[in-house]
Amino acid sequence: MSVLIFIDQAEGHIKKASYEAMSYGAKLAAQLGVQAEGVVLGAAKEDLAALGKYGVQKIHHVNNEALNHFDAQVFTKVIAQVVEKTGAQVVVFSNNVDGKGIAPRLAARLKAGLVPGAVALPETGNGFVVKKNVFSGKAFANIAVNTPIKIIALNPNSFKPEEGSGTAEVVAFNATVDAPKVKVTSTNKVSGEVPLSEASIVVSGGRGLKGPENWGLIEDLAKALGAATACSRPVADVHWRPHHEHVGQTGLAIAPDLYIAVGISGAIQHLAGVNRSKVIVVINKDPEAPFFKAADYGIVGDAFEVVPKITEAVKKLKGIA
Amino acid sequence: MKILVCISKTPDTTAKIAFTDNNTKFAQDGVQWIINPYDEWYALVRAIELKEKDPSIVLHLVTVGAADTEPIIRKALALGGDEAIRVNAESHDSYYIASQIAEVARQGGYDLIFTGRETIDYNGASIGGMVAELLDMPYIPLATKFELNGTTATITREIEGGEEICEVPLPLVVSCQKGMAEQRIPNMKGIMSARTKPLKVVEPTAADTLTAIAGFGLPPAKAGVKLVPADNPAELVRLLHEEAKVI
Repeated sequence: MSVLIFIDQAEGHIKKASYEAMSYGAKLAAQLGVQAEGVVLGAAKEDLAALGKYGVQKIHHVNNEALNHFDAQVFTKVIAQVVEKTGAQVVVFSNNVDGKGIAPRLAARLKAGLVPGAVALPETGNGFVVKKNVFSGKAFANIAVNTPIKIIALNPNSFKPEEGSGTAEVVAFNATVDAPKVKVTSTNKVSGEVPLSEASIVVSGGRGLKGPENWGLIEDLAKALGAATACSRPVADVHWRPHHEHVGQTGLAIAPDLYIAVGISGAIQHLAGVNRSKVIVVINKDPEAPFFKAADYGIVGDAFEVVPKITEAVKKLKGIA
Repeated sequence: MKILVCISKTPDTTAKIAFTDNNTKFAQDGVQWIINPYDEWYALVRAIELKEKDPSIVLHLVTVGAADTEPIIRKALALGGDEAIRVNAESHDSYYIASQIAEVARQGGYDLIFTGRETIDYNGASIGGMVAELLDMPYIPLATKFELNGTTATITREIEGGEEICEVPLPLVVSCQKGMAEQRIPNMKGIMSARTKPLKVVEPTAADTLTAIAGFGLPPAKAGVKLVPADNPAELVRLLHEEAKVI
């Protein structure tokens, strides 16, 4: 009996979302009175024993080079073997890019009820009920899972990782690994920038910025804050900014601690992508912009005057002026 | 070459979200229904583009839903596709729905199955993965580009802070998102021809339901915006640091 946490890596490094999943899984294991165990696939460049700090007591490491690149089909079969061998009753994933590939597959393979996009620990007093976001963050649903094995995919940025002390026991797990059918030919990373999906602060620009040549305003503030940059749909549609920066209903849905929207009116479709942000700041010269209704803080003013002053104040605060 | 595109019916993006029956059911009164945007704009339109390039491709659409999903599937057929299959069942459990689609796929022998990345109502992002597992096919989630070269696909998928490009042999399942294709508006010819395209109704196969919705809720309302004067932006930074404690 255990809670098994999938510890997702990128090129041998543990992803931020995995720390959240570990802390969540460890809390859940304590709640159920069972052990928290982790599974790592492929070569690892980090000290796995040190992950004990996040409450994981044992880590099953399947160090097979066929697992160095992501293939949801191959990964699922390996994790299923670990679940079977360890008798895990709950499997925790991050609902990130890889989790969305594996968790549903594993659910179908094990006939285990899946809650994708969980935002809180399960209620286990009477059954097993997990809260998740629905209607693109406009509501939540409590999902009852009725199967012996349960799978939870935790929404990124919805659970704070907690660091304690402890060392995990790392054991090599001998699994049957299929040859991957997916051949990864290249990886393009936007270097030196904070990945949008993992960022705790996001600065976002809309049509109010008038043109791509003005994006320095957004980038300077983002740099001062250590933030990622994003944009509204119209901005991506006219190619002022790349598509992968588009947040909203049909773009990326994010949940940072702080979302700063500059020159974005706040259409309902945009809000659907950002309404899970903990704090929303809106800067817009139109006091009637609907976004102000969803904001925690706001400035009614000209972005071209206001934003550089905010950047200066942030630099001063951080002592980088 | 046969392609199957999974279509789901969702409330319009501007629909009011409310619940009835002691917060256990979505309030459907006055709600406009649309094709799930990810299914329509990315999965379906990309499949139509592939067929335009190679007219020998057979393109089918599938939906799992009651008779009231038919206007939605007709709308999808107005964009393109040769015929549609409706599995006559209603469920909110992704495993049940995936089992129905997998059964349709087995019967039809498709080389390629497209889904949208998620539906905008239940945000599960799980049907594609489940269908792939039930059919033992590779699965690429969150694809932003898709090219066919014979029996191999070259796919770009989103990863944290970038993208990954991979080659995968058919048959396979792909979940599609922004970047795959551009939104299209059906033309009159499409709308007219959709009326006579075959829409087969099949009864569901036996499948388990693994989860149930115990109830819905709405997030607490925001306390209201605190406005900072435009001539004192430094005050905003102070509030974010000292009050909200986010910087």
